[in-house]
Amino acid sequence: MKKIASIIALAVVFGATSASAQTLKTVKDRGILNCGSNGSLAGFGLPDAQGKWAGLDVDFCRAMAAAVFGDDKKVKYVPLSAKDRFTALQSGEVDVLARNTTWTSSRDTQLGLNFAGVNYYDGQGFMVRTALKVKSALELGDASVCVQQGTTTELNLADYFRANKMKLKTVTFATSNEAIKAYDTGRCDAFTTDASGLYAERLRLANAADHIVLPEIISKEPLGPAVRHGDDQWFDVAKWTLNAMINAEELGITSANVAEMAKSDNPDIKRLLGSEGSYGEQLGLSKDWALNIIKLVGNYGESFERNVGAGSPLKIERGLNNLWTKGGLQYAPPVR
Amino acid sequence: MSIDLRAGSPPARVPFYNYPKVRSIAYQVALCAVIAFLVWGAASNAIDNLQKANIASGFGFWDNTAGFDISQSLIPYTNQSTYGRAFWVGLLNTLLVAGIGIVFATIIGFVVGIARLSKNWLVNRAASGYVETIRNIPLLLQLLFWYNAVLKALPDLRDSVKIPGGAFLNNRGLFMPEPIAQTGFGFVLIAIAAGIVGSIGYYIWAKRRQDKTGQQAPVFLVSLGLIVGVPLAVFFAAGLPLTFSYPEAGRFNIRGGIEVVPEFAALLFGLSIYTAAFIAEVVRAGIRAVSHGQTEAAYSLGLRPQPTLRLIVVPQAMRVIIPPLTSQYLNLTKNSTLAVAIGYPDLVQIFTGTVLNQTGQAVEVVAITMAVYLTISLTTSLFMNIYNSRIALVER
Repeated sequence: MKKIASIIALAVVFGATSASAQTLKTVKDRGILNCGSNGSLAGFGLPDAQGKWAGLDVDFCRAMAAAVFGDDKKVKYVPLSAKDRFTALQSGEVDVLARNTTWTSSRDTQLGLNFAGVNYYDGQGFMVRTALKVKSALELGDASVCVQQGTTTELNLADYFRANKMKLKTVTFATSNEAIKAYDTGRCDAFTTDASGLYAERLRLANAADHIVLPEIISKEPLGPAVRHGDDQWFDVAKWTLNAMINAEELGITSANVAEMAKSDNPDIKRLLGSEGSYGEQLGLSKDWALNIIKLVGNYGESFERNVGAGSPLKIERGLNNLWTKGGLQYAPPVR
Repeated sequence: MSIDLRAGSPPARVPFYNYPKVRSIAYQVALCAVIAFLVWGAASNAIDNLQKANIASGFGFWDNTAGFDISQSLIPYTNQSTYGRAFWVGLLNTLLVAGIGIVFATIIGFVVGIARLSKNWLVNRAASGYVETIRNIPLLLQLLFWYNAVLKALPDLRDSVKIPGGAFLNNRGLFMPEPIAQTGFGFVLIAIAAGIVGSIGYYIWAKRRQDKTGQQAPVFLVSLGLIVGVPLAVFFAAGLPLTFSYPEAGRFNIRGGIEVVPEFAALLFGLSIYTAAFIAEVVRAGIRAVSHGQTEAAYSLGLRPQPTLRLIVVPQAMRVIIPPLTSQYLNLTKNSTLAVAIGYPDLVQIFTGTVLNQTGQAVEVVAITMAVYLTISLTTSLFMNIYNSRIALVER
């Protein structure tokens, strides 16, 4: 790990300066998008047995590639650990970081990131063994908790126990895999991460029924894709990729009906799909950028259902991640 | 009769740039300039990149609140402490595991190294097997093995093994009673200090007397009495001024007492056992390097085998052993950075792991960490070199 950090530091020291200025051009010239992803979180970023990547965050990178190249397969996925992810983005090793990353003020400012929006509203929770008969996180005083280092989770955990005047023993690991393995062997009483992650990890344990997720959600974890500071054009491409997916769901455009919808008379749909105006060109992309996203990847709802929702083993409810018109928080500014 | 060689012809005029001295200086100046340029280029490029990316730089983060917890700390630390404090916690944890690891590795290494020279077939083969197995398996795998073996083999918290004397052993670690000094314990410490000083004095006196008269004195027994016996007597006389804080089983964890976490134990085992295999080979080579004639000469002077080993063989072997032993110590210290793999909070795990990630200041954090390891290694080297020059062959 030290080696990786040193290499990345070297990359920051010797790295080319031009990469940060014109990412869109660099990516187009290169012909492939470098996407920093989680390599081991079901539902967000995980290669399957055939090496095909899938997940909500992976879909975001596919959508960006579809918008830039008209081909969602022109993505190189770089699996990153929580602690190496920011340096990888800062040093230009990846063009975009879609790795279930919480949007916070210090990451926005000190780390030099720009968050393109929120593709999953999450919150931190705890998982414990059923045998402990714990009903609430407030009963966890004195417990040992396994946690992945370099995450907001690690900080929230400390805050929550301090705020509730409970003692805590944290055991931190560099990767989520190591943390969950240590929890599984009994090193810790509880495992904590974002609630979506808890459901995903629980499925991978030997006997999922032996573990329960406690009801408390102790933090706001708006997860979103991020790009580097200082390149507004690329930032716009990332923002509008996500907005296009959310708008498509709101307008009822799916990967199945996108061809028909392109002929629609609805001006909102015409603007989004590029048959009216030149909104794609304004972004530095082609006219049919959003059409490609929806055709190749689908709208936000489709991506959600396929990766984490009813169509996936995780079966997470839409909840906060439903559209604003259906009682959730997902809301995108209009294309016009 | 002498001949003046200069008298014949005047020396050929050599252009100044062909003077060896001028050339060598010129090359060195050029090299320094190139290096300086590279360093300057890298530094200004880094500063430029960081500013462009709007990434904070400088060491201002040092005094910011860390906000995270650390599982093992030798100094008081809470999540309200600063990043600077977290750095010291990590550094002390690294020094702790490296220091104890060096002691263990040396002991195991010397025992195994001598065992490899044993005439007893079984002992000899067992030591060879140990060395060949351990040093040919990557350390990272051994650490993972120890961590999982240590964790999996130990019972769950609720079925803790109770060790007589109030200690507990389970998969959360080893919990021991913590001694707490009461008033009057200071006398015992004074007695121990006095004992050490007295022993040194007695040793010097005994050595002088032996040099003069040849009479030997029971230095070991007297020292034992002075350092252990007298303080023990003082301890009883002062009315046992020591109480213990016993660990107690709580709902989730064991509270109180001294705690040894499994991550520490696994790292310590892994490092000591791995490095000991190399030290064993160094020791064996060192002893082999002492000519057999030395032993025979000692025997012919009437020395028994034990003093022969202690007075003739080992002092000469040490000259061969110390330099490679130093590099093994350095390896052990540097290898302790593999702690990240098993979650032991050493300097790398805390500082280049969490702190780097939370502050995003990769250049500063990695630079500090590298400087620290360099300092630790150079310091170790320095002390070993001083020791080496003290025991080196005195040439007359």
